[in-house]
Amino acid sequence: MIESFVIEIENAVVSYREDVALRGVSLKVRAGEFVGVIGPNGAGKTTLLTIVNGLGKLVNGRVIVLGKSVTNGGRHELRKQVGYVAQVDNIDPRMPMSVREVVMVGRYGVLGLFKRPGKHDWAIVDESLELVGMSHLAKRPIGHLSGGEQQRVSIARCLSQEPKIFLLDEPTASLDWKAQTEILELVKSIHDERHLTTLFVTHDLDALPHTCDRVVLMKEGLIFGEGTPDKLISAESLSRLYNLPQSVVEERHPHIHKRKS
Amino acid sequence: MDLSIFGYQFMQNAMLAAFLGGIACAVIGVFVVLLHMSFIGVAMSHAAFAGALFGLWVGTNPLIMAFAFSLVAALVIGPLADRGELHPETSLGVIFSLMLGLAFLFLGLNPASRSTGLELLWGSILTVTHSDVLILAIVAVVVAGLVIAFFKEIQATIFNRNIALAVGLPATVIFYGVLFLTGATVTASLRSIGGLLIFSLILNPAAAAYQLTYNMKRMFIIAAAFGVLSGWIGLLFSYVFNLPSGATIVVMSSVIFLLSAIFSPKRKVKIWRRKPVEDLEVEK
Repeated sequence: MIESFVIEIENAVVSYREDVALRGVSLKVRAGEFVGVIGPNGAGKTTLLTIVNGLGKLVNGRVIVLGKSVTNGGRHELRKQVGYVAQVDNIDPRMPMSVREVVMVGRYGVLGLFKRPGKHDWAIVDESLELVGMSHLAKRPIGHLSGGEQQRVSIARCLSQEPKIFLLDEPTASLDWKAQTEILELVKSIHDERHLTTLFVTHDLDALPHTCDRVVLMKEGLIFGEGTPDKLISAESLSRLYNLPQSVVEERHPHIHKRKS
Repeated sequence: MDLSIFGYQFMQNAMLAAFLGGIACAVIGVFVVLLHMSFIGVAMSHAAFAGALFGLWVGTNPLIMAFAFSLVAALVIGPLADRGELHPETSLGVIFSLMLGLAFLFLGLNPASRSTGLELLWGSILTVTHSDVLILAIVAVVVAGLVIAFFKEIQATIFNRNIALAVGLPATVIFYGVLFLTGATVTASLRSIGGLLIFSLILNPAAAAYQLTYNMKRMFIIAAAFGVLSGWIGLLFSYVFNLPSGATIVVMSSVIFLLSAIFSPKRKVKIWRRKPVEDLEVEK
């Protein structure tokens, strides 16, 4: 049997006006893989995620997700199977929606036109909120939550969608130290339990080794390197990725250095 | 107070127009407030007005031209705003004054129908005809019907268009659908409320409802109720005190907004969120 890829990106080029965000990126992700994407700001990490669910427009290249081309029609159908947690966006504090309703948005696509959410859907929503530890805020207006709480709600929304692919864009960025670990473990356990395929953008280098099967390094719109975390996350590669002297990397991340030696 | 006036056909038409227009405008207003598109709405309503005057000048149906102009304005500003290529405040200044300029240009070019033209500026709800009411009824039913039918898609799009797209909803279609309905609503209300005044009847009831609830369904309902209330109370006042009706209705909607803003529970947000400090054990 030919090895099955859930995500196949071939020579993807994306540009926003004058800026080229991706300059010919190819990446294949197998079913069940947990892939971490790291790199400096502006490397094209977010864009890489958005071409998988078709929010980012390709100028060139091809993206095939779950066997279907993302550029063709039927994008809406495809997106229902792809959960996307975007970077924290400012939510209008007076937005007339409760946390529970926001999580339900994740089910709206799956439900289809003219169908109202039923008991089953609300049960999934409540379960998702329970999983991310936000049940106690379910009835609060969404705009009243803190950045970290909203991030958990985004993950719950994504879970309620029951996706096959998880796209996470710095899901732990605005969380406190304890929550970072919790959310990461949560994402990992859901990934394993539900047999998802996950693309995970993060700046949290320490977390990568024990969560990811594979790490993709991105820089200036290109894939700079990929491989297993223990091979790839070395003081040497990080120093090249972030243009930092190796000694500085070793100083800031001593354990990375240790693993290497 | 002699209320026998409400027995007359023209007054009943006006009440009906205020009811239907109030609902349609207020529902559109909820979109305007929550999608942050006041600038598109203002531009569209003035474009409709300019279009109507253009229609009068070239001798076609002013309402058709009004609709066409507002849609063109939406199609020009919508994508520009969408891609962030035009700052809302800048585009508001450019388009708004251009449309007013065009309106007065067409008015000047066509002295013969000046009074009809001016009537479109501030409306004349007391002279609306059966067909005006019919158009308003169709628009109000379509607007309200679509909001009910596509509520969950609309709710998701309002929450965040990118997220709505990402979960597989046609958020772009919804957004442009809203612009289309805005054009239709503005056009249908042109004869009764007028091009200059219509936008406040769109914005005020929704902005008032926005102050009062954290529930989107309720916001639509409260806004519609405020829209109808503004129309009816405005109509009553304009009759009793012999004031211009469109202007009175608009002022009434502003009063409702002001009262809502003053009594808004949302202004107490900060106090409500603050937790008692004693609960925290501070390490010394």
